[in-house]
Amino acid sequence: MSTPSSFAAPANPMRAYASMADMTASAPAHPEPSDRARPLARSIDLRSEPGPVRFIIIVLAVSFLTIFVVLPLLVVFASAVSSGIGPYFAALAEPEAISAIKLTLLVAAISVSLNLVFGVLAAWAIAKFDFRGKTFLITLIDLPFSVSPVISGLVFVLLFGAQGYWGAWLQAHDIHVLFALPGIVLATIFVTFPFVARSLIPLMQEQGTHEEEAAISLGSSGLQTFFRVTLPNIKWGLLYGVLLCNARAMGEFGAVSVVSGHIRGETNTMPLLVEILYNEYQFVASFAIASLLAMLALITLIVKIVLERRLDEGQIPRDH
Amino acid sequence: MVSTAVARRSSLPGFGLTMGLTLTWLSVIILIPLAGLFLKTLELSPEQFWNILTNPRTLNALKISFGLSFAAACVNLVMGTIVVWALVRYRFPGRRLFDAVVDIPFALPTAVAGVALTQLFAQKGWLGAPLAELGIKVAFTPIGIFVAMVFIGIPFVVRTVQPVLIDLDPEIEEAAASLGARRWHTVFRVILPSLAPALLTGFALAFARAVGEYGSVIFIAGNLPNVSEIAPLLIVIRLSEFRYADATAIAVIMLLASFLIILVVNRLQRWAQVRIPA
Repeated sequence: MSTPSSFAAPANPMRAYASMADMTASAPAHPEPSDRARPLARSIDLRSEPGPVRFIIIVLAVSFLTIFVVLPLLVVFASAVSSGIGPYFAALAEPEAISAIKLTLLVAAISVSLNLVFGVLAAWAIAKFDFRGKTFLITLIDLPFSVSPVISGLVFVLLFGAQGYWGAWLQAHDIHVLFALPGIVLATIFVTFPFVARSLIPLMQEQGTHEEEAAISLGSSGLQTFFRVTLPNIKWGLLYGVLLCNARAMGEFGAVSVVSGHIRGETNTMPLLVEILYNEYQFVASFAIASLLAMLALITLIVKIVLERRLDEGQIPRDH
Repeated sequence: MVSTAVARRSSLPGFGLTMGLTLTWLSVIILIPLAGLFLKTLELSPEQFWNILTNPRTLNALKISFGLSFAAACVNLVMGTIVVWALVRYRFPGRRLFDAVVDIPFALPTAVAGVALTQLFAQKGWLGAPLAELGIKVAFTPIGIFVAMVFIGIPFVVRTVQPVLIDLDPEIEEAAASLGARRWHTVFRVILPSLAPALLTGFALAFARAVGEYGSVIFIAGNLPNVSEIAPLLIVIRLSEFRYADATAIAVIMLLASFLIILVVNRLQRWAQVRIPA
């Protein structure tokens, strides 16, 4: 049974997210309730509610999701083009907008690649070997997901700020960490830290070590084994982790807001520019940038569903 | 240290190297910065620490954050259960779409969610206008904070309970029904209790997320001190006033609260595993 294990996974927000992978991935192993009930036509009646109750539950569920999720999403796009297509594209062509887009892409590129390397290393150590304190190590990797984004930014202010531990030294050597690119990258790496590792660990644990051991015994080097045996097996899981990591990296607001200093045209990422423009009542411009981020979120969700199917196809059958 | 503890599977190479790099990277990015936060707190005398926390503005911010998060998590618990039930047990047009939509609060950047909810519930907004006619003001009031917290908590209850409900053994329901139990009796006495660990886990996760939430809340909140100012915002304000000690003290309290929640969630997981043997 895979679900108790995927249920056991969410020990904090991130694990809930990561476990969504196994959840959807294991769908074929768990037929939809109606399929399962089909051979026992009788049981459908025993396991369902009267028609009116069913109707009320569906209406409640659909209205709740529409009001709280669908409408906010639609408002973003509607507000972005509320003055027409021209002002929309004009807002996106503003130098401030372009510099925010560039900065966001740069920050995401740096932090995602660093977390990609770290995630693979951590997953290799954790999934392929046995050692004491493994659960504790996983808890530490998950930690950023239980920390408020504001606190994730605050910790770097305490280290690198003017009154921070290393602030005076940095100032004396004219090194800018806070209110500059390094600070934004550090805060982003902090909040996106667990994504890749958490997507890979369950997958690599499930795949075991037999294939790698065979490759090693046939004379492959460690790196050859990783690139020719392990990597093909984990590629979809890896992409899945990178996808979620990237979405969060580009969209992070709280942590980046604390360390960025909001220097216009210099340290404003896209989410920060959304805030600034909104507070200046430049709604069309604010929602134009927001619409790009919303599209990123939608694309992420669609690719995520596709990847979950892939993960599902490549899944090693589990014993029931 | 750890590299000597390899028991089995030692025929694969790279444990020392990957573990060493993992621990180094983990220390640089996570452990040292978090330790810095606690060290900074130790610079305060217990009296100073107490004074910061019992400052009325701090107390009110904490009350608002924790109180409204609790209320929002309760709504998520009830509505999440209804959503899961509809998605898993019934077939209706657009079911797959609504299933996918549940993940949007995870995927949408918080600042985008914040401006969108504000626009939606502002006095001239799509929902704000009809609500204003009823005399209900949502944006720039504590109700707005509550709405934003409900929004970001939606996926937690749904995604933790969904797999458990899908996997629930149909035989217990059939047994209850064939023994003559009424449907509502079966649902409330048989099904919901077996979902309890998952429901409570989802509740705790939604609560924890709402307490720390910043981006989606601050736009709609109004941010009036003592009325609609959440604790994460007060940290940001104290930082901008260079009152690092105040910011740190509030952060430490919130951090300890979220560690406590992780502990509770881990206990719930163990309880769930005992109740639903794999």
